[in-house]
Amino acid sequence: MGRFLASRLLQAIPVILAVITVTFFLVRVAPGGPFDSEKAVIPEVKAALEAQYRLDQPLFSQYLAYLGDLAQGDFGPSFKYPGRSVNELIGAGLPVTAELGLYALLIATLIGGLAGVIASLRPNTPQDYVPMALAMIGICMPTFLLGPLLVLVFGIELEWLPVSGWGDIPGDKILPSITLGAAYAAYIARLSRAGMLEVLSQDYIRTARAKGLPEWQVVVKHGLRGGLLPVVAFLGPAFAGLLAGSFVVETIFQIPGLGRFYVQAAFNRDYTMILGTTVFLSTLIVLFNLLSDVLAASLNPRLRHQYQTGGMP
Amino acid sequence: MNTEVIQDIAQAEEGTSLWQDAWVRLRKNHLAVLGLVVLLFMIVIALLTPWIAPYAYDAQNLDLGATPPSAAHWLGTDVFGRDLLTQIMYGGRISLAVGFIATSVALLIGVSWGAIAGYVGGRTDAIMMRLVDILYALPFMIFIVLLMVVFGRNVILLFLAIGAVEWLTMARIMRGQMQSLRQQEFVEAAVSLGLPPATIIRRHLVPNALGPIIVYTTLTIPSVMLLEAFLSFLGLGIQPPQTSWGLLISYGAETMEEYPWLLIYPGLTLTITLFSLNFLGDGLRDALDVRGSKD
Repeated sequence: MGRFLASRLLQAIPVILAVITVTFFLVRVAPGGPFDSEKAVIPEVKAALEAQYRLDQPLFSQYLAYLGDLAQGDFGPSFKYPGRSVNELIGAGLPVTAELGLYALLIATLIGGLAGVIASLRPNTPQDYVPMALAMIGICMPTFLLGPLLVLVFGIELEWLPVSGWGDIPGDKILPSITLGAAYAAYIARLSRAGMLEVLSQDYIRTARAKGLPEWQVVVKHGLRGGLLPVVAFLGPAFAGLLAGSFVVETIFQIPGLGRFYVQAAFNRDYTMILGTTVFLSTLIVLFNLLSDVLAASLNPRLRHQYQTGGMP
Repeated sequence: MNTEVIQDIAQAEEGTSLWQDAWVRLRKNHLAVLGLVVLLFMIVIALLTPWIAPYAYDAQNLDLGATPPSAAHWLGTDVFGRDLLTQIMYGGRISLAVGFIATSVALLIGVSWGAIAGYVGGRTDAIMMRLVDILYALPFMIFIVLLMVVFGRNVILLFLAIGAVEWLTMARIMRGQMQSLRQQEFVEAAVSLGLPPATIIRRHLVPNALGPIIVYTTLTIPSVMLLEAFLSFLGLGIQPPQTSWGLLISYGAETMEEYPWLLIYPGLTLTITLFSLNFLGDGLRDALDVRGSKD
């Protein structure tokens, strides 16, 4: 396990470094400097500003300086709003986005997992078709359509739930969490159904049944562990998708989270803000992929063995 | 043996080609056929839009304003009095074009990359596939947003950026196919005939890997269209005066309280199209008996 973890960590470092490098140079070669505004700035002021943001130095030493800042956990200042830093923004937005993502993930795994397991117990019957048809709808219905539709039905027509905000009115966290989680519930339902179907046909399940275990114990104790493996492996990529989804959901429901800040920074062309958040979010995604790989390996003895004997994936 | 019998045998054998088998299996899958029909319908409409659209693309009627569906405007009008059906038809041209063109870009890069890596093998293969592994770990959704911000919201760039993201899986599938195909005798024969590698890849290997390529292409198109709609919804994709389904949904969502039809019809169109493509892709996978093409 230690060897596996180490090899994965070693792979993650060049990826994160590549992200930082590509993002940095992309943002720097972008047409139009950050201080080329409509109002002409006095040359001395412009020079002072550029010195403050190190723009007067050669590109490569700017890059090295940025790496140095990052190593100390400093994601840099904002170009558009002097005095505000990317760190402050992350500090304000991350808890909100993390909470939203957590609820969405809980909804997705609980509902999706349950639907998938139920469907797998009686394949090719209505008990299978109904949840799977719903899952197909969930996959084809984009977040940015589901969100407004839910608001229209439950917020505006029925007036059951608040239509925007986060933590201001009781119940205003329900619709955003469902919107963000729905598509992943659908994917997880399909994955857990396929996983369970495969596991339930294995010999050890027949053994469990043969020794007279009640059916629920066969499914819960022996089936779930193997059957939900594909779901665990999916959680890493799902995290990246959830972050992208939070861009949309936070915009629709006006939630002050990282996703909305990122989209706003993109609109304002606040290059340093985009650079900082991209680096931060990317690192987070890479780490989550790592985590989900490690989790999947620890659940699957075969995979673990493969890594211990030095085999590559 | 007379000639009639020989012709009979020839005809009987014709009926068992891989593609005809697949076609027979696909036809039995009603959902997949429905998907194919809907998709062809959408494509024909998109191609004919300039001639069959009920109104001109830029026709406004500010006095009329937003009206619900009626005999004159089947799907209603928006706040500028523009016909929604016309908007959806023109938007479909862009959405489908992005889907098909970006997927072609992905196909071109992915198939060549995977074919070369799988055919050449050895160290080249290891380096090329390691690069794919690294790119896989990158958060591309964020990168596309970044690209659109840095280089402006340009349709061509959108095609390229989305295509550049989606080629990775195709490369992996193609490489797997190549590795198993190049062991086969007909490839050995081609090598001993002295054909250059490029010709062998193009004439002998790629055609034999068509099944997985077709299936995966069908499943890539909806994810590409979704990506375009996602970007357009955020205002980072297609820009006015052009329009796309994602952009229409975005406008519809802004005014859904007063004019819900402006959200519902574009949304329905996009969802039906994605449904069709997914059903068709699933059906093709079963018909062509392709395994594991979704990983």
